[in-house]
Amino acid sequence: MLKFIIRRVLIAIPTLLVLISISFVLVHSAPGSPFTDDRDIPPAIMKNIEAKYHLDRPLIVQYCYYLKDVVTWDFGPSFKFKDYSINDLVNKSFPVSIKIGFLAFLFALIVGVAAGVIASLNQNSKIDYSVMTFAMIGAAIPNFVLAPALVLFFAIYMKILPAGGWNGGEWKYLLLPVFAMSFRYIASIARIMRASMIEVLNSNFIRTARAKGMSNSYVIIHHALRPAILPVVSYLGPAFVGIITGSVVIETIFGLPGIGQLFVNGALNRDYNMVLTLTIIIGGLMILFNTIVDILYAVIDPKIKY
Amino acid sequence: MKFFKFTAAVLTAFLLTTTSLVAKQELVRGNGSEPVTLDPNLGEGIPGSNIDRDLFETLMTEDNQGNVILGQAESYTISDNKLIYTFKIKKSAKWSNGNHVTADDFEYAFKRIVDPKIAAKYSWYLKILGIKNTAAILNGKKPVESLGVKALDSKTLEITLGKPIPYFLIGLSNIIMAPVPKEIVQKYGQNWTKIEHIVSNGAYKLGEWIVNERIVLVKNDKYYGADKVKIEKVTYLPIPEQSTELNRYKAGEIDYLYELPKNQYKHLMKTIPNEVKVLGRVGTYYYYLNMKKKPFDDIRIRKALSYAVNRDVLANKVLGTGEKPAYTLVPEIVSGYTLKLPPYAKLTQKQRDEQARKMLNDAGFNKSHPLKFELLYNTSEQHKRNALAIASMWKRVFHGAVIVTLKNQEWKTYLSDKRAGNFQVARAGWIGDYNEASTMLDLLTKGHSSNNSFYDNPEYDALMNKARVTTDDVQRNKLYQEADAMIARDMPIIPLFQYSNARLIKPRVGGYPKVNPLGDIYTKYLYIKK
Amino acid sequence: MISNDKKEVLEKLELESRSLFQDAKIRFFKNKAAVLSLVIICIIVLFVLFGQNLSQFAYEDTDWDLMQVAPSFLTGHFFGTDDLGRDIFVRTLQGGKISLMVGLMGACVAVVIGVFYGATAGFIGGKIDGLMMRIVDILASFPFMFFIILLVTFFGRNIGFIFVAIGMVSWLDVARIVRGQTLSLKEKEFIEAARVSGTSNFKIVQKHIIPNVIGIVIVYATLLIPNMIIFESFLSFLGLGVQEPDTSWGALVNEGSKVMDIAVWQLAFPGLFLVITLFCFNFIGDGLRDALDPKDR
Repeated sequence: MLKFIIRRVLIAIPTLLVLISISFVLVHSAPGSPFTDDRDIPPAIMKNIEAKYHLDRPLIVQYCYYLKDVVTWDFGPSFKFKDYSINDLVNKSFPVSIKIGFLAFLFALIVGVAAGVIASLNQNSKIDYSVMTFAMIGAAIPNFVLAPALVLFFAIYMKILPAGGWNGGEWKYLLLPVFAMSFRYIASIARIMRASMIEVLNSNFIRTARAKGMSNSYVIIHHALRPAILPVVSYLGPAFVGIITGSVVIETIFGLPGIGQLFVNGALNRDYNMVLTLTIIIGGLMILFNTIVDILYAVIDPKIKY
Repeated sequence: MKFFKFTAAVLTAFLLTTTSLVAKQELVRGNGSEPVTLDPNLGEGIPGSNIDRDLFETLMTEDNQGNVILGQAESYTISDNKLIYTFKIKKSAKWSNGNHVTADDFEYAFKRIVDPKIAAKYSWYLKILGIKNTAAILNGKKPVESLGVKALDSKTLEITLGKPIPYFLIGLSNIIMAPVPKEIVQKYGQNWTKIEHIVSNGAYKLGEWIVNERIVLVKNDKYYGADKVKIEKVTYLPIPEQSTELNRYKAGEIDYLYELPKNQYKHLMKTIPNEVKVLGRVGTYYYYLNMKKKPFDDIRIRKALSYAVNRDVLANKVLGTGEKPAYTLVPEIVSGYTLKLPPYAKLTQKQRDEQARKMLNDAGFNKSHPLKFELLYNTSEQHKRNALAIASMWKRVFHGAVIVTLKNQEWKTYLSDKRAGNFQVARAGWIGDYNEASTMLDLLTKGHSSNNSFYDNPEYDALMNKARVTTDDVQRNKLYQEADAMIARDMPIIPLFQYSNARLIKPRVGGYPKVNPLGDIYTKYLYIKK
Repeated sequence: MISNDKKEVLEKLELESRSLFQDAKIRFFKNKAAVLSLVIICIIVLFVLFGQNLSQFAYEDTDWDLMQVAPSFLTGHFFGTDDLGRDIFVRTLQGGKISLMVGLMGACVAVVIGVFYGATAGFIGGKIDGLMMRIVDILASFPFMFFIILLVTFFGRNIGFIFVAIGMVSWLDVARIVRGQTLSLKEKEFIEAARVSGTSNFKIVQKHIIPNVIGIVIVYATLLIPNMIIFESFLSFLGLGVQEPDTSWGALVNEGSKVMDIAVWQLAFPGLFLVITLFCFNFIGDGLRDALDPKDR
């Protein structure tokens, strides 16, 4: 196991390096500079601005500067927001995204697995059909339709929840974004869970266990759940990526100060270092998460050895 | 002097005493996006300026209607040759930490703006104001110290101009020209705007700042006019997405909208018409015709395209939030300027369409040999709608003799393509930096960075140069009219409409003006009524 | 040259696999939901392609007197109009063309790249396989969606680019699945037979491996299509979708979602088409999987 983890970390380094390089080339080949503006900037001033941010140096030198920034974990000033450094901005937005993402993820996992199990135990009943219908709808409704619909209903007509904002992460402000974000994944997880649970319940070892006279709930909890959850675990990686990506939409609609907004604005403003920093952080997170998922998989499935 | 209408201020004060106010004077303002900086000298963009106008005050400031009045200055004198302005700063002008606002603070601030090391984006603005040696300093030919600003004593500031600029005092009211606390800026450098260091000299001081979420300002008791300031606390929320902002307004979380989604306007006028407020603005929306590219060097083509746009439909139906059709560059709201409609504006749309077809035909384009071009605009819901509407007007009027392809690009790509002349027809708009016609007309002078039509008319440039030094208001505005007429004659751009600013304001918010050409709404003039 | 008995074996295998497909076909057509979905998709496709003839409007035509009006047979705007007076009916059809095309083409790109890459890696095996799969691992931890945002932001958009971009993201999973299948196929006798008879590696991959993994790939591709359509709508939300006056269901739904409280028809009609289409593809995908993979249930 330790060997496996070390190997993953070793792979992570070149992966991140490739990531940085590609993003670097991409960002710097974009038309316009961070300081292109509607109003004219005198050439002398432009030269000074560029010097201030090392933009007058050859690209390869800038690349080295950037690598240095990564190693020291100090990404310098934002090109756009003059009062803050990139570290400041990311440190402030990151917890917001993590909190929402984590809650949405957890919520999707718990509700999705529960719904899937309940459906599978009542196969072809009304409960099963309603869960499956819900799952189908969930997979088909884009979150940018669901989110404003929720706002319209809960915030504007019922006036029981706020229409947006963060307010330090107070629970009232979390409900709608977390639900809007997790909806799709509740649906997918429920579907996967149901299918795999049905398969496991029909397998020989469950039949044997039942034949031995064990109680139904005991069999399900102690024998069926563990193998049945494996396909869900392997879906967690893609779900995580989806939630991170979806955060761009949810943060825009609810006006949340997270990294999704920071990234899109960074790209639009050509805030080079901001975009690069977020790419690394998101990439790093994905590597980390995939590793956790793999370990989890190994813990649950005794057949897998590293 | 006609710029200083004290009557309006007196009237507002009178009204205030007669309306009953609620005890809790708190306001929540939607503010578009996160401000780029709170440093007034480095400022750029409307969101930052909105907040800075509450935090800081310039020598000359504006009343609620946008008329220029005395701000931190108590009085001023102008030399006979109109080159030297001497300002006396109010004895009661203080920073929020109790220190006096000194002439030194102003001198320091103005020099920061042009300091190449500071590299402020609006440094060019001091050139427009004509402050002595600005150009040379910006080009690195003279030291910053040579700027024509000098503190004679702690409360007396002398500004020297390179040439007489008739709109100097008006221009001075722009928030860029705010003083900064020299000691604190020197001590903390770039970090001086952080909440733990910042002090301000305006009606408010910074209370809380959560990036990308909110900025809270609280009343500044040290402000000389503090007794007239009603709102105790104002919260600015950066919400870039218009529909999100509207939802939060409807849910009662915002009192004052930054911008109204145009596709909701009709509906809002039906349901809550008393909350919809429209202000005209110094600003014009137009399309550049790239005169360096064939066939747009042909005046017939430019005129044909311009004539065929039905500006009434565009302003009243496609936009419909108080915009006015534009046939020239200068909007009619500019103070002291009388708009003269060019001849083509007086025709009916039908006549214009006919002339347009004829001109296009004369220029050699018809159905079998259509004029094909790309219309460039930057990504935005509104620019997209306008472009779609105008493209469909062209399609209809020219019966297939004009084929337009829309092309949108995000802001920076669009800017670089536009500046490099890498387009045929491109969307643009210009919001005035000060309330005077030259803020618009300068655009089309040769060599101006935003002259993206590459209009090159020595006659026009000569007119503008002459106007710049004409101190007589009537004479100067006559010159501006001539220049404006020249644009309608040569049609280097297609003027489309005059900007307006439509927003929703809760009925409980009082003091919102009926007129304010620059759209500079100071919180200190607002109040919450019962 | 293949000797006679080997030829016989091969023919027999082919026969066997054909009957496998026939079995699948029978199973698929027994699945009512899947069959119904298939019928609905066919109707939607025909409707999107030829529905234009039912309306007198063109998708880019504006009407200043009928802006944002509700559906009505009197005006001829069956689905109402948008805020520029454009007919939602024809725009929904136009959007459907783009959305379906994005879905199909995106899935094709993903499948073509994924199948060749996966089959090659699995067939060659050994160190090269390890290397190729490491590359897939590395790519899998790239935040591709963010790359696409960057690419489309910086370098403008056209439909072709969106196809490729979306396909690029999704080929990794296809490659993994195909490689896994290939590895197990490789051990089967008929591959061995082909190899012994001197068929070139490329030919084996082309003639034997790919046809045998195509079943599972089709299932996967069917399930990919709805994802592609959703992803395109995500790009539309960010303002990076197709260029107006062209449109897609995603773009229409996005516009409609902003006015859902005042002009619900702008959301409802394109939304309905989008949801039904996604539903159907999901059902068909499920049906195909059940049909091709008899061990399931």
